[in-house]
Amino acid sequence: MTVGRFATIEDIRAALKSKTTSAVELARERLDRIAASDLNSFVTVCEEDALAAAGEADKRIACQGQTGLVGVPIAHKDVFCTAGVRTTCASRMLSEFVPPYDATVVTKLRDSGAIMLGKTNMDEFAMGSSNENSYFGPVSNPWDATRVPGGSSGGSAAAVAAGLVPAATATDTGGSIRQPAALCGISGLKPTYGRVSRYGMVAFASSLDQGGPMARSAEDLRLLLQHMEGHDPLDSTSADVGPTPHETDGTGLRIGIPREYFAATVDDAAAILERLGHGRLEISLPHTAYATAAYYVVASAEASTNLSRYDGVRFGHRAESPVDLDDLYARSRSEGFGAEVKRRILTGTYALSIGYYDAYYRKAQRLRRLVRQDFLDAFETVDLILAPSTPSTAFEKGALVAPDETKDPTVMYAQDVYTVPASLAGLPALSIPCGIVDGLPVGMQIIAPHFGEDRLLSLAESFQRETDWHQRTPAVHGTNARASDTSGGRYSMEGRRGSAGSGGGAQRMQSAGPAMGRS
Amino acid sequence: MSDWESVIGLEAHVQLKTRTKIFSGAPTAFGAPPNTQACAVDLALPGVLPVLNGEAVRMAIVFGLAVEGDIAERCRFDRKSYFYPDLPKGYQISQLDEPIVTGGHLDIENEDGSTKRIRLTRAHLEEDAGKSLHEDYQGKTGIDLNRAGTPLLEVVSEPELASPEEAGRYFRTLHTLVRTLGICDGNLNEGSMRCDANISVRQRGSTELGERTEIKNLNSFRFLDKALAFEIERQIDVLESGGRVERQTLLYDAERDETRPMRGKELSDDYRYFPDPDLLPVMVTESMLDEARATLPELPTAKRRRYVEELGLTDYDARWLTVDPDTATYFDAAAAASGQPKAAANWVMGDVAAAVRREEAAWTRVPVPAAQLGKLIKRIEDGSISGKIAKSLFQTLWNDGGDVDELIGSRGLKQVSDSDEIAAIVRRVIDANPAQVEQVRSGKTRVLGFLVGQAMKASGGKANPRRVSELLQEALSGDAS
Repeated sequence: MTVGRFATIEDIRAALKSKTTSAVELARERLDRIAASDLNSFVTVCEEDALAAAGEADKRIACQGQTGLVGVPIAHKDVFCTAGVRTTCASRMLSEFVPPYDATVVTKLRDSGAIMLGKTNMDEFAMGSSNENSYFGPVSNPWDATRVPGGSSGGSAAAVAAGLVPAATATDTGGSIRQPAALCGISGLKPTYGRVSRYGMVAFASSLDQGGPMARSAEDLRLLLQHMEGHDPLDSTSADVGPTPHETDGTGLRIGIPREYFAATVDDAAAILERLGHGRLEISLPHTAYATAAYYVVASAEASTNLSRYDGVRFGHRAESPVDLDDLYARSRSEGFGAEVKRRILTGTYALSIGYYDAYYRKAQRLRRLVRQDFLDAFETVDLILAPSTPSTAFEKGALVAPDETKDPTVMYAQDVYTVPASLAGLPALSIPCGIVDGLPVGMQIIAPHFGEDRLLSLAESFQRETDWHQRTPAVHGTNARASDTSGGRYSMEGRRGSAGSGGGAQRMQSAGPAMGRS
Repeated sequence: MSDWESVIGLEAHVQLKTRTKIFSGAPTAFGAPPNTQACAVDLALPGVLPVLNGEAVRMAIVFGLAVEGDIAERCRFDRKSYFYPDLPKGYQISQLDEPIVTGGHLDIENEDGSTKRIRLTRAHLEEDAGKSLHEDYQGKTGIDLNRAGTPLLEVVSEPELASPEEAGRYFRTLHTLVRTLGICDGNLNEGSMRCDANISVRQRGSTELGERTEIKNLNSFRFLDKALAFEIERQIDVLESGGRVERQTLLYDAERDETRPMRGKELSDDYRYFPDPDLLPVMVTESMLDEARATLPELPTAKRRRYVEELGLTDYDARWLTVDPDTATYFDAAAAASGQPKAAANWVMGDVAAAVRREEAAWTRVPVPAAQLGKLIKRIEDGSISGKIAKSLFQTLWNDGGDVDELIGSRGLKQVSDSDEIAAIVRRVIDANPAQVEQVRSGKTRVLGFLVGQAMKASGGKANPRRVSELLQEALSGDAS
């Protein structure tokens, strides 16, 4: 007997506990599903290792029963280093890079018994909001294959949304967990900066990068966070604050709604929260308008130096027959990096240069402090902040980026307008589904004070007890998926059970291509 | 030439002798096969992060205290970006705006014994780069990252050094200090201390600084001296022939004894410094300062003063003994064990130093422990052995080890001061050398020395020479009367 395609981790644990399924069976089934999928959500699938680990998990379950995440199949965003398994960051630069060590998050999840099925696609070096900046090609949104899943953790979001895995790791620098979670109709948590170790997570912007979970419910997010968080002596910026408690009852909270955010999309959600007994207050985050600009300066500045190590000397892509050192550098980097990565390296290099440092980097840091202060002031009067996750539902592939670089990149950057402020402030924030518009999921964002994950998750859990948006799924033929709402089912996928590794070319897709649901 | 004066400032790079690197757990030991002491962090593999080594911070604090600089309550690290194959991250982690130590001074001693105070601008922590190996790879460059991440304390002086000699004294004073503090092994030939020099010249009496050049990577006292001398002369030549000194970075070519403009990727017009987001600011607490203060050893200047004022050594001896902290440590122990600082100083500067030089031994591992040397000195003083016996006994101790008293006993080296025994020897010498005896009696007193020597020889060197001389004179005058 198998568990449903869209089972949560809690469902899977129950099935493993009751022995209605085995870890091997679960892994096998999902590996087949991954092989049959043509979402392009995986860069690398680890079939053999996964089945071997699942076998071990079954032995563990046989003697000790199911505990932790034992036997639960997951995927890692391909930004987390995995010993012996190539870690590409979806870049040509690292397309053949096999790390000799595991990221701390990878170690922790393995120790908890989770089974890694593979590495998910993403925007190159986590730079992007549509997953179109991948050396391995774009990822499709399971709700509509003509649309993007969001980014940069688009592969993880699409894989969870399509029921390929019940959960996946992801990273969020300016919205890379929350935005794709919203566009794919799943739950995603960006923890407080410092909550989850960054060791072994390939750096994009060190002062903003934060790993976190993507799953099908807030309850699952909490469970995953428990097995990802914790102080790490290998990461100086990881916080020594102890595990996230589970003590907030999630009632009678004061919910702030920022007047600077276009909050109509979360009106219904706010009404539900009011019905649940929470207070609703309008608040002001006056520096919101500057957040995106400040973010792109700070993040690009840090990225420009974080990516200096990719020089063709020690690892990564190396140009053929360089004539001298300059040629080695120039060609290795020109060939190895994609357009968006180059753009950010150039932007960051410029912002840090003599004569521009004060005008850009220093000013951006000042704005960052002001944005942070806005939140600290707001949290004097409210317990949590409710906001939209994204300015629109999933947009069509190619709508905001063009291969010939003719589109204004700042339009794509504006996708992060609602997620960037919490990133700059280092605050925990999550996105959970709160509606469907024209057949596409809509996400709402909740932001908490530093290390307020318990409160954040409690509210999300109570919202999900009251609503079923998080249980809506894209229509997938040949599975036991539940139908979505009446306007859903625009995307149909005829899954074919094939052996893993046979590739996913055999699916037919039909898309009714609804108009972009920009709100 | 007397119209010109030179103005020199030094940036010394002091390798801190921590067990592990400044931002990783890899060992720092010198001389291992290439790339065997570089971990994932040193190789800058994707995803790795630096973690600051607290020991490096402690050493920087100790230095700051020793030079009476200001130790920042809060300092931070910055990224200094440039591309070079032996710089794995493409940036060096250093300190720009907020160094751990600001100000302070080093007092250098002039030829005439007067001191000159050289102010320090700052001292900051940073990581060393790896090494590019241009030989042995047939047209390719080898990269050895063993050194990458070794902690450096960069000590920057104000431009207050007036000559190559002063610069040399400053560098030596710094060398002695960091070794005394135990924060650097001081092995220049292993690159443990290197310096960059800023030089300009100006008309004597002028208060304005001339345009300066910088000579990079001077790694010996001799090269520092020669490079500065060459560069000063070059600048004067340029100015005297109506030219202008160009601001540039130079390398000193020891083989040709000249400075040359540096070409290479290590140079950049813009290092794009900004705070390293991977590292938190370093907070130096009162308790860290107290701890460092408690470990602060006696500094070279204080030591020298104590040798002169309390031990009664000459200024020359005091200076000689304090140049190398290991020598001073050995001397201190020998002086304490013997209770005779002056005699100990003579031995350390004489026989011990000669043997150390001859055998290329380290002062930390002199085969004759200071306690044995102290005992040896005591035995001379209490008349147990003669100075001559002591010298040969020292050689025995050096070569074979052992205990002074046991050796004196087992080899029968105890000095003979007993009058009857010596009188008997004297008698035999007089009987055996009638001609010389006659000469002494006829007034050629210098022949007495020959007779004393014969008596010493007959005693196997054990007779107390003063007693021999006395008894000989007594016997000869007695015979005459």
